[in-house]
Amino acid sequence: MLYVVIFYLWVAILFYLLFAGADFGAGIIELLTSKKNRNKTKRTMYRAIGPIWEANHMWLIITVVILFVGFPKIYSAMSVYLHIPLTIMLFGIIARGTAFTFRHYDAVEDEMQLLYSRIFELSSFVTPLFLGIIAGSSVSGHIDPNANTFVDAYIYSWLNWFSVAVGLFTVAICGFLAAIYLIGEVADEHEKSRFIQKAKMMNIAAVICGSIVFMAAYAENIPLADWMFGNTVGISAISAATVSLILLWYFLYKGKTRILRVLAGFQVLMILGAATFRHLPNIIILKGGSYLSLIEHSGQEKAINALGWALLIGSVFILPALFYLIYSFQKNSVRASL
Amino acid sequence: MDDFIAARSQMALSLGFHIIFSCIGMVMPFFMATSHYLWLRTKNPVYINITKAWSKGVAIFFATGAVSGTVLSFELGLLWPKFMEHAGPIFGMPFSLEGTAFFIEAIALGFFLYGWNRFHPWFHWFTGIVVGVSGLASGILVVSANGWMNSPSGFDYLNGQYLNIDPIKALFNDAWFSQALHMSIAAFVATGFAVAGIHAYMILRKRDVRFHLTAFKIAVVYASIAAILQPLSGDHSAKDVAHRQPAKLAAMEAHFKTGKRVPLIIGGLPDAQNEKVDYAIEIPGGLSFMINGDWNSEIKGLDQFAEQDRPPVLITHIAFQIMVGLGMFMMLLGIFYLFVVWKKKRWIEQKWLLWLFTAATPMGFIAVEAGWTVTEVGRQPWIIYGIMRTADAVTPMPGIAYSFYLYTAVYISLSVIVTFLLYRQIKMVGKLYGTSDANT
Ligand code: HDD
Ligand code: HEM
Ligand code: HEM
Repeated sequence: MLYVVIFYLWVAILFYLLFAGADFGAGIIELLTSKKNRNKTKRTMYRAIGPIWEANHMWLIITVVILFVGFPKIYSAMSVYLHIPLTIMLFGIIARGTAFTFRHYDAVEDEMQLLYSRIFELSSFVTPLFLGIIAGSSVSGHIDPNANTFVDAYIYSWLNWFSVAVGLFTVAICGFLAAIYLIGEVADEHEKSRFIQKAKMMNIAAVICGSIVFMAAYAENIPLADWMFGNTVGISAISAATVSLILLWYFLYKGKTRILRVLAGFQVLMILGAATFRHLPNIIILKGGSYLSLIEHSGQEKAINALGWALLIGSVFILPALFYLIYSFQKNSVRASL
Repeated sequence: MDDFIAARSQMALSLGFHIIFSCIGMVMPFFMATSHYLWLRTKNPVYINITKAWSKGVAIFFATGAVSGTVLSFELGLLWPKFMEHAGPIFGMPFSLEGTAFFIEAIALGFFLYGWNRFHPWFHWFTGIVVGVSGLASGILVVSANGWMNSPSGFDYLNGQYLNIDPIKALFNDAWFSQALHMSIAAFVATGFAVAGIHAYMILRKRDVRFHLTAFKIAVVYASIAAILQPLSGDHSAKDVAHRQPAKLAAMEAHFKTGKRVPLIIGGLPDAQNEKVDYAIEIPGGLSFMINGDWNSEIKGLDQFAEQDRPPVLITHIAFQIMVGLGMFMMLLGIFYLFVVWKKKRWIEQKWLLWLFTAATPMGFIAVEAGWTVTEVGRQPWIIYGIMRTADAVTPMPGIAYSFYLYTAVYISLSVIVTFLLYRQIKMVGKLYGTSDANT
């Protein structure tokens, strides 16, 4: 059962990155859209992410619940040492979710719209940035349980080149996913080419940020290259990602939306796979090289079993309904945009 | 501000904020479904207008409820890491099931809010019901987690270790039923009176009277029935508390000295130092009777507990008086309204009746906040009753006071914006739905 739970944890993170990532990215794309086109983008976005917005962020809650029920030591260590970035991320989530909804449901359209939009765009950037920082920090080896100053224990645990680079990389990935997603949501050729443009830009940004991550890892003695390339699984995943990148650019020129989505999702899957395969199950690496492991630091068997069953039974209810939701709005959304 | 006090205040603030939105999220879907049903049956446009107007309000509340809930699931760890480290695996069952309930709720809400004219009308109606039922289910589950903190079960506590965990037993702890029942009814009372009150006020202002009167009538029926059931369920809760947390009961009732024929104290200012209550009305033997059904029975007082194991009496007692006072008032109002519907229909549009309901607008929510204060402050100094002290659970990180100030600022701004949005929604009813009186 432990492996089932770990699998769900991994999938929940992946789905959060994919779905909520595209959702955050939409705000980033809006931020990068010229004033002239902003209103159009806003409407497209609302149609595309409105219905699934609530469901998207459930993956984060599932992740948290799996952590505290199944791996309480890990949850508690993260809560203590990454208190500050977690809090900033939470403020980002509050600001984003409410601004997005308020913007649409305000009965009067006036200057308030501008305020909602600014908040929405800004928090769409901050939230994934800190999400990435948190992920980066957990494996960066900067978390120091023996630290005796405030700054060492609660600031340098996350404020370092590597974590920040991972944060920026996450932002770029989100923007990229959103652009790819939005290409398929519009019928107008001009709109489409704008999103294709954005997708290319974001893809380049992701590659650049990715390289910075490697440089930062090298500078801080984090064996990232070894995790990624030091084993066959890592190498194959990275090669697959590279091949799919080439295909992706090809299809971007062709404007084939469905294949693009699959390829983009596949890339994220491969990157996450390569990054986690080697050091899983050790998801928190502490200063000095000791670590917290999903296997050694899991909760008691009975708790894990109950959690596993809850997840399995939950999926039976959730997945079909979720797919039906996405399916019915996909169908309608494309029709509505024609 | 002391870090420990700051952490407690921040937790209280976040929960007190979230509960308002969750009550609305649990109950409004049922109101909408009622009006939606009446529309599908009668095709009277006022019903569809009400459903749509309500659903916009609900979308705003829902988003705020969802983000504040997300914050809570992190906050438990951010503020009480030691608690979560031990409690997480034990009381996690309701949370993992709750995940499913939330997910279904979020999916159904997507269908409901965005599905107008896209699906079969009855399928669309049904998704609204699913939102309500799964919301209620998630509320019951979280409350069961809170029940476990009041009445821990499902593990053996030996030498500081939590052994033989049984998550199912923890889920069905001794407190879950009375708390979940009382909370579910409370959500109907609070939301019902708030919605009825707002519409009553709009009728008094002579705005879109037909629209508001119809909306008022739907909400007030739910509110009245729930308000009548609530004191019954509250009585059950009090007996339950007496049995499982005698210290909390003693604090609620400001009952200091163990004895027989204990009076029921109404109102008053408890003075914990001198162990007496000033300015109170006493009903001799009342408490003994309420709890044990026998005017002469014995009730444990605070003197049975060591100084460091006693909950704060002043806050708990006052909060309890507020809840019960408002509860009795709303019950009478509910009984009266049902009487009016039964015998004196024409009173419904009378000014004084509408003013009564306008005055009752915030009462349910005040009672909810007061009730939670009783439950949570009355559990102190324990975070897990009898097992772990709140002070031992708090995060080692210094500077929580700043975090508390930040949260306070964020929640105040959010409350202001939500109120402002709601005000705008209501103001626009006439324009949006063309229901101004000229048309009716
Ligand atoms: C509309 C709200 C409302 C109203 C009118 C009442 N209550 Fe209440 N009460 C709550 C809302 C509430 C609550 C907020 O929902 C609480 C907090 C925890 C819980 O389970 O319910 C609560 C808790 C609570 C508790 C503590 C339960 C525990 O710690 O486990 C008791 C003993 C009562 N109530 C008793 C009463 C009585 C005797 C009432 C008589 C009129 C009453 N309540 C009216
Ligand atoms: C939503 C309704 C709730 C409200 C308004 C509420 C209110 C409060 C208040 C006032 C406190 C501070 C008590 C004190 O320190 O003196 C508190 C503490 C706390 N509550 Fe609740 N509570 C609610 C529900 C819950 C639920 C459902 C849970 C958990 C599943 C929970 C968990 C906690 C924890 C962990 C603390 C901090 C530790 C403590 O003070 O004992 N609460 N809450
Ligand atoms: C008595 C206390 C509580 C009740 C009755 C309650 C009920 C609800 C309900 C009905 C919702 C649905 C959203 C809405 O209607 O706005 C909700 C949202 C949420 N609540 Fe609470 N809640 C309580 C306390 C808590 C606590 C203590 C936590 C965290 C530990 C929590 C976590 C959440 C989360 C994560 C969501 C968002 C779900 C979504 O995205 O749909 N809640 N709550």
